[in-house]
Amino acid sequence: MDVSPFTTEFAYVIAAALFIYGLKLLGSAATARRGNTISSIGMLLAIVAALLDQGIVEYQWIFAGFLVGGAIGAAASRLVQMTAMPEMVALFNGFGGLASLLVGAAAITGDAGLFTLVTIVLSIFIGGVTFTGSLVAYGKLSEKISSAAVQFGGQQVVNSVIVIAIFVSGYMFTQNPETPLWLFVMIGLSLAFGIMAVIPIGGADMPVVISLLNSYSGLAACAAGFAINNNILIVARSLVGASGIILTQIMCKAMNRSLSNVLFSGFASVSSEETVVEGEIKPISAEDAYYILEAATNVAIIPGYGMAVAQAQHVVKELTELLEKNGAEVSFGIHPVAGRMPGHMNVLLAEADVPYDQLLEMDEINPRMENMDVAIVIGANDVVNPAARDVESSPIYGMPVINVDQARTVFVLKRSMASGFAGIENPLFYKDNTRMLFGDAKESIGSLVRELGNS
Amino acid sequence: MDAIFLTFILMLSIFLGFELITKVPATLHTPLMSGANAISGITVVGAIALAGNGQQDLANWLGAGAVALASINVVGGYMVTDRMLAMFKKRGG
Repeated sequence: MDVSPFTTEFAYVIAAALFIYGLKLLGSAATARRGNTISSIGMLLAIVAALLDQGIVEYQWIFAGFLVGGAIGAAASRLVQMTAMPEMVALFNGFGGLASLLVGAAAITGDAGLFTLVTIVLSIFIGGVTFTGSLVAYGKLSEKISSAAVQFGGQQVVNSVIVIAIFVSGYMFTQNPETPLWLFVMIGLSLAFGIMAVIPIGGADMPVVISLLNSYSGLAACAAGFAINNNILIVARSLVGASGIILTQIMCKAMNRSLSNVLFSGFASVSSEETVVEGEIKPISAEDAYYILEAATNVAIIPGYGMAVAQAQHVVKELTELLEKNGAEVSFGIHPVAGRMPGHMNVLLAEADVPYDQLLEMDEINPRMENMDVAIVIGANDVVNPAARDVESSPIYGMPVINVDQARTVFVLKRSMASGFAGIENPLFYKDNTRMLFGDAKESIGSLVRELGNS
Repeated sequence: MDAIFLTFILMLSIFLGFELITKVPATLHTPLMSGANAISGITVVGAIALAGNGQQDLANWLGAGAVALASINVVGGYMVTDRMLAMFKKRGG
């Protein structure tokens, strides 16, 4: 395979251009699919170029790796449920991190210079943290482990000690690259730190964590790119890193919390909260809800994680169609942190064939809320909590919310009266214009659909 | 010189990345993340070189492992992103 290094590098330049153009097309839902295809062509080109590189003399390991990984990836992408996308992205982040760790470890040679050794240390450290951190995030999202925030006294001290130990062992390794002991210590500590960093974060904060790990997995490969002197790795992964950082910022802003607040404090214990909630809870039957819905001309639907859990997106679409047939205009209000990852609700509703121009962002739907006859809240809680606006002592005070309480009537579909993920009392449930429709979201909407269908 | 050159590339790509990603609408944030996963799989390019250099046994093993993990990201990431994006439809479309 006598391909000159120049040809390989040139192929990388074209691949980078295709990645960038692909991301640019992702700027609009109409062109996004084409963008993804273009980006995948760039990837194919980069892989072929790497395979034809003259340094490669053995192919059996490479193809074994391809076959195993490709088959797993293809199967996973076909089988995954749309409701389980957050778990899948979390796992993929983890694989990316581990791949960077392995590349970093494999790049160690006797004659590596200090700069290379430092980048190896970085790619192993970030890769290791991303790997175990993502596994914990995956466990929390799929409820394989408790999604509650795990916190104990002195946690921050322990974490600081681990970080210092990682730096020390990393430094010792760069001084003695011949002895693997320090390398193993560093790998072990990085893996441990990944776990420690994610366990104190609660389920409701997962959108932030996934975005952040997404960006870490990008940074890890950046470091790996430096370690093996490869510029396509650096370009591609800084694009990924940037995307993760931006999404993290958006999520934090949507929760009115700083990143350090999310990472280190969970929702601080809020048990001693003294909100005086006035009014009483008014349950409603599906039949009565139907009479109100039948008379409505403007309906807003606000989905939350509960819709994903109940797999209710398809019956929501049915309800939407019946309401529209009845002459009502239906729009969806999507809060940026609704669900367990950025854009989670949009994908679920797209799966159920809800057109994307019917999905409004928080800033678009809030000004229209006063004109809504009915706002239907499906499995959302904190993102519609008026306490964030009115109650200064509330732990979520200042977080932007969808103002469903301004609609003429609010239906809240809820399993029971337990408070939401953050454990915060929601005054919305006690408002005069709120009616509670208790039960499984899917069944509740199903009975609404039946009532409407029979009329 | 190499280090400076690579840092220069890093700096430019980060700024470019910020410009591009801020333009992605909130509707597409989940496909953006899975697409980012797929691009993350670019590590495969580095792993290929390490798995195929035919020198050290350990490096080959590590490289092959990295090829496998990165291919999961590449294949799975692009396919699932495509599957999701195929579902996004405009009203009446």
